[in-house]
Amino acid sequence: MTSTTDPAGHSPAEAPDYPMPRAEGCPFDPPPALRDLQEQARVTRVKLWDGSTPWLVTRHADQRAVLTDPRVSANMTHPTYPRQAAGPGGTLSFIGMDDPEHARLRRMVGPVFMVKRVEEMRPMVQRIVDEAIDDLLAGPNPADLVEAFALPVPSLVICKLLDVPYGDHDFFQANSKTMINRNSTPDERMAASGRLAEYLGRLVAEKLEKPGDDLLSRLGEKIKAGELTIRQATEMAVLLLIAGHETTANMIALSTALLLRNPDQLALLRDSDDPKLAHSAVEEMLRYLNITHGGRRRVALEDMEVAGCPVKAGEGLVLPNDIANRDPEVFTEPDRLDITRSARHHVAFGFGVHQCLGQPLARLELEIVYRSLYRRVPNLALATDFEKVPFKHDGFVYGVYELPVTW
Amino acid sequence: MKVFVDEDKCCGAGSCVLSALEVFDQRDEDGVVVLLDAEPAEHLHAAVHEAVQVCPAAAITVA
Ligand code: SF4
Repeated sequence: MTSTTDPAGHSPAEAPDYPMPRAEGCPFDPPPALRDLQEQARVTRVKLWDGSTPWLVTRHADQRAVLTDPRVSANMTHPTYPRQAAGPGGTLSFIGMDDPEHARLRRMVGPVFMVKRVEEMRPMVQRIVDEAIDDLLAGPNPADLVEAFALPVPSLVICKLLDVPYGDHDFFQANSKTMINRNSTPDERMAASGRLAEYLGRLVAEKLEKPGDDLLSRLGEKIKAGELTIRQATEMAVLLLIAGHETTANMIALSTALLLRNPDQLALLRDSDDPKLAHSAVEEMLRYLNITHGGRRRVALEDMEVAGCPVKAGEGLVLPNDIANRDPEVFTEPDRLDITRSARHHVAFGFGVHQCLGQPLARLELEIVYRSLYRRVPNLALATDFEKVPFKHDGFVYGVYELPVTW
Repeated sequence: MKVFVDEDKCCGAGSCVLSALEVFDQRDEDGVVVLLDAEPAEHLHAAVHEAVQVCPAAAITVA
């Protein structure tokens, strides 16, 4: 069977390496080689870091079909799960589990991220953003927007949500940075996640004693009811902490870099009072930028067909949301940034039962930033040549390491 | 238009609520979808169709 070619005409031995490099000078666009594959075939083979050759699903419609198919698994401990990197493979709490256990655990934290609950956080998030802008303006000019603004905002929000003392934010920011840093070794990553788990485990234990009105206390109730172990609660807290602040921080900095390169779109956003425009801008930024750029990963549990291509039980599936969100079958002129378009059916948050649980909060944070930052700092500009901005080509989460700005 | 939701399928990501606040809500205990209006008025039909399209769990159907 190994000589069989895929629908793009590659034998497994000739499968192109994945992930692929972006084009020189086009840090906001998906890799051209990946776009070529999308044009060639709906399903192709690719080669991962460990030599395995899972299937790559290139189209928006087919990715959505796979992600809602009960015959595929998100179990990260499955022996042939197409893993992102070497090192100890954990399950990352419910992200790496299948239903019904996934749904059981996920529903324990679901209420915190309900649309109406998140809407109640609006004044709190607005205050955090306003104060972060005050601090930025009072600080040195030029400044690094990542350190001075993009990281503090989501960190403060997640601190409030978990009721973590903000005085400890340096500690967990440093550790979560290590966990997603390109230069960290697997050992360093393990150590950082161990420190975070220890810290949050201690907080969970404190909340068991003295419950308040926060997420960890909520998990404490589940522990008391015997539905959750302390370890599971801690894993969830680590997941929420990291997922909550790294993704949003990168979106804030990366979308600001993109807007500074697209002054017409920036002006549109800055000069409009229409809340609808802020909403559509959030969706378009998510569609366009795709900060989780390593592709969703699944493994087939049964023999099945994906877009007419036979996939065998045990074979891996890679679903890159970056090209799905630039699929010309779904988005007209997909490479044009247009904050007025309606892009809500993008798959930047994934699709299927694993779709990002924190998306209402991410949307709220981005919307408030987009409506506040550029208006209060209308002359915001890059303080370096665009070519010198360091993009995170090799991180798990895409973004910029630094964004030097002036005003 | 008649709207149906399947609570078992719902993963509580709230996309439907963002599309049509008048038609969908989420249950306080677990964030699972609550159908507020099974026969929404005509001006809400486009929003309900969007909710069907963006629901990641195919938990909403219309007839
Ligand atoms: S969009 Fe679908 S999965 Fe999400 S809350 Fe609504 S019904 Fe449930």
